[in-house]
Amino acid sequence: MSTSKQEQESGIKNPDPKIVLFLCRWCSGKGADLAGTSRLSYPPNVLPIMVNCTSRIDPRFVVEAFLDGADGVLVTGCHFGDCHYKTGNYKAYRRLSLVAKLLKQVGVNPKRFRLTWISATEAAKFVEVTTEMVNDLKKLPPYWRNGNGGNTNE
Amino acid sequence: MNKLKVAVALGATCAGCDVAILDLNEKILDVIEIVDFVFWPTAMDFKLEDLKALKDGEVDVGLYHGAIGTEEDEEIAKILRKKSKVVVAFGACANFGGIPSLTNMPYESKIFDVVYKESPSTSNPEGTVPLKETEVEGTKLTLPGIRKRADSLNSVIDVDYYVPGCPPMVPLIEQVVDILRVFVEKGTLPPKGAVIAGQDTLCKECGRTKPETISYTEFLSPQEVKEIDPDLCLLSQGILCLGPATRSGCGGLCTSMNVGCRGCLGPTDKVDDHGLKMISALTSLLDVEHEEEYTEEELDKLIEKIPDPLGTFYRFTYGVSMISKLHPDMEE
Repeated sequence: MSTSKQEQESGIKNPDPKIVLFLCRWCSGKGADLAGTSRLSYPPNVLPIMVNCTSRIDPRFVVEAFLDGADGVLVTGCHFGDCHYKTGNYKAYRRLSLVAKLLKQVGVNPKRFRLTWISATEAAKFVEVTTEMVNDLKKLPPYWRNGNGGNTNE
Repeated sequence: MNKLKVAVALGATCAGCDVAILDLNEKILDVIEIVDFVFWPTAMDFKLEDLKALKDGEVDVGLYHGAIGTEEDEEIAKILRKKSKVVVAFGACANFGGIPSLTNMPYESKIFDVVYKESPSTSNPEGTVPLKETEVEGTKLTLPGIRKRADSLNSVIDVDYYVPGCPPMVPLIEQVVDILRVFVEKGTLPPKGAVIAGQDTLCKECGRTKPETISYTEFLSPQEVKEIDPDLCLLSQGILCLGPATRSGCGGLCTSMNVGCRGCLGPTDKVDDHGLKMISALTSLLDVEHEEEYTEEELDKLIEKIPDPLGTFYRFTYGVSMISKLHPDMEE
């Protein structure tokens, strides 16, 4: 992918990062809806995938997203104590923080994987988190499509 | 009775698999009754030339243990495939890449620098590293080159059967001997690709009692537990055990000695990434009765008790794991 001279000077290595966003149906999904109905704008780089609860997210979903070409993976769910299923987000937090540690060991920049809580009223936070992550990833080279990710035999 | 011609070849290995075969003790005599070893450099005086001298397809069963770590390992594996009717990947390294495949970790790509120059115990002021070719007093000396990755056997050749384990346990080797006996007597073999081990997870054959709810408040090493209950599930005592995600077949060798399973038999047929499944299972069970009482900081502290998830959950299977495909170079 070619970057313009202007982008190179501003430190942008990937003008169009792709982020897979897993969000839970009950809090974060409603928060994202509210962002839409409030006419807030957020970057079109995020591909939202709605799941019933963040505890539904198997660690391999995250790894597969990266293998299939994502530059980053963002998981958002209910705040502690707010989970529709009472404890799903606690499970997700334990599971995904261990996955985050593992990804770091394998050499994935920690900026590429984030877990955060967004409630149904926090449309502004939804916009803030997605924008921040997109801006972070613009400063990193494309992850998979740079020809280095993936096939490590060559 | 015609004896089977068997070759045992090896790659990046500790030769524990050879010792495991000899661990059959007096049963090795039954093996000698049906088997003629035409190549087994660890146990007898054989050179690679002896294997090369055999006709193609002359060897009935070729066992290969160890990962494919050097160019020579790859060459030996290919020769073994050519000479053998049936090739068996023997041991965790040949099956999954094993411990040698942990060198595929991204920041170990400079492994020569780490081993020969940077490690604290190394004194190497001239910076000498092994070379593929060097000349000493007019004689050219060669060494096999190191491959970029240490791989499983089936990444370089077609493999017929799999015997996992580090090393394969005696009951599994006995199963192999039984299969060889049937092969000698009736000429039949199990379906190609069969894994000669259990089909369920270790928990099914581990003799410990499992409480209805398995739950623990922290991850412990066996030495941190004052008194280990010899009959209760290790996980419910907080001891890290990979049993729920690991194939059965060993009869719970480690768990019966109060040591948590390390996963040397790899995942079952239904799972392709051993570590991710284990992480999923393990973290789900953390103090499930009181999980709502934790804060993020407290959970972070508990997770910190696993300092090396990669070495813990992928000790034997990193070479064939999904996560090993993630990135060849460490990002800053």
